[in-house]
Amino acid sequence: MLIKRKDDIKSSEITPEHLYYNRREWIRMASVAMGGMAVGSIMSENALALTQDYKPKAKGPYDTDEKLNSYKDITTYNNYYEFGTDKSDPVENSGSFKPKPWTVAVEGHVKKPAVYNLEDLLKPFKMEDRIYRMRCVEAWSMVIPWMGFPLADLVKKVEPTSRAKYVAFETVFRPAEMPGQKRPFLKWPYVEGLRLDEAMNPLSFMATGLYGKELPNQNGAPLRLVTPWKYGFKGIKSIIKIKFVQDEPPTTWNIAAPDEYGFYSNVNPEVDHPRWTQKTERRIGEFRKRPTLMFNGYAEHVAGMYAGMDMKKNY
Amino acid sequence: MCHDFKVVAHSTFLLRRVLLSSDRLRSSAAGKNRVSATKRNLRLTQTDFVRKILKPVVFLLCLLPISLLAYDFFTDNLSANPLDDITDTTGTWTLRFVVMTLCVTPIRRLTKWAPAGKFRRMLGLYAFFYGSLHFMTYLYFDKFFEWEEVFADIPKRPFITVGFASLMLMIPLALTSTDRITKWMGGKRWNALHRLIYFTAIGGVIHYLWLVKADTSRPLTYGAIVVVLLGYRLWVYLAPKLKSLRAKEKPITASTDVQVQKQD
Repeated sequence: MLIKRKDDIKSSEITPEHLYYNRREWIRMASVAMGGMAVGSIMSENALALTQDYKPKAKGPYDTDEKLNSYKDITTYNNYYEFGTDKSDPVENSGSFKPKPWTVAVEGHVKKPAVYNLEDLLKPFKMEDRIYRMRCVEAWSMVIPWMGFPLADLVKKVEPTSRAKYVAFETVFRPAEMPGQKRPFLKWPYVEGLRLDEAMNPLSFMATGLYGKELPNQNGAPLRLVTPWKYGFKGIKSIIKIKFVQDEPPTTWNIAAPDEYGFYSNVNPEVDHPRWTQKTERRIGEFRKRPTLMFNGYAEHVAGMYAGMDMKKNY
Repeated sequence: MCHDFKVVAHSTFLLRRVLLSSDRLRSSAAGKNRVSATKRNLRLTQTDFVRKILKPVVFLLCLLPISLLAYDFFTDNLSANPLDDITDTTGTWTLRFVVMTLCVTPIRRLTKWAPAGKFRRMLGLYAFFYGSLHFMTYLYFDKFFEWEEVFADIPKRPFITVGFASLMLMIPLALTSTDRITKWMGGKRWNALHRLIYFTAIGGVIHYLWLVKADTSRPLTYGAIVVVLLGYRLWVYLAPKLKSLRAKEKPITASTDVQVQKQD
């Protein structure tokens, strides 16, 4: 006898992807049910409005059209060890940090070394929005609408000489305003670097804002680097010095743990962190993990720079 | 951290209030002989007080961390990454309960307040409870119950191996925690088995230490506390032996003294 069996799951019962991913809504519904809705501070209401009202100008060739993380997510959950090692420390401890006035020293193998007032440095550049994915080395990620200008514009303006092969960046050292710097768990000040061709890549971005607003202290005010195909820690914050050098410059996390963090630190699902996998990531706001993409999904723009290089050795 | 202090401060406040009120009950009952029958029934022996009041209070206090976490989760008051918050919080509280369990015996010995020992099992079982929740968050939020991945991951990642082993060591302790099994095992064997908690504590600290990226101050703080608590036990174990050794040495030193004198 033929026993007819229905399909296991009706197509109507499969959760559509947008619902499946949208955990926030779920929690909100649950909290309404629990009568816990009255929470939500004025600050988060403002943040909510900012998030909803934000309309980026015309979408550029490097923007992702993925769903943005909220202003609140971006500004309350991040790593900035100068203000403490908890994700909430940057927003909680950066209140007394003074991003104005600000100077940036441009040094090394350049035709025009100088110490610039930030306003003077920024004046010639056209500000634009960039919607980038940000993949943290801790296996979480966000989508962030930055505001700023391509690093290449700055490099061209200061005219590096033929001896400049790398660009070294340095964060301000102000332990009085940055409580994390009072303890030496990392070697302060924070330093980072790029190869000159990486710095000239159109994706390399100097951010001065996010969500169309001035960069908040906790996100690296007043000037920070964004290199979306690299792990987040390459994006050095509160930059006071940019130096053009001949040799590969030291980088803070590489000094702290050379077997875990290399100079390149390109996002690479094939090369695990020695202590955890880099194959997947949790997009903030989602429940399921996503597969991590090679170069964080920016391979078409950056893979060429590493042709012939062993990415396992040059992690 | 500040939040922890608040919890501790509040619980000590409660404890003191309960203790004071029970003292008052006892002294008033002892002071007047003409107390009514109902009043006499209010008399609390210390055992009753510990069993009927203090233990339930502590039991509920131990549920506070998970209750606050659940409340914060459903009111969207955790960070932008609530799943990681749940994993971190349950993990931290596991280590805290292991440490608190290890505190019981030294406190009982140093204060000579015997009822302190009545809380050891409860605290130990709570350590296992929070540890199990912590492991569940790993299985669910991290691995989505994909067992192949779990079994590959546990031996591959040293910090997970150590954490997993530390939790596994608690299973026999939880299973042998009932009065009947304790009696059946006999004090000596039971005690020997339950020394496994020392390795859970050490493993828990290593698990935490191997997990952090740069700032080791918190795991090292727990490490220092565990060193003190285990050092205390080593001292209790060694002190009498050293004493008897010294006692044996005494006659020898005395005879050498005599020899020295003779040489003079």
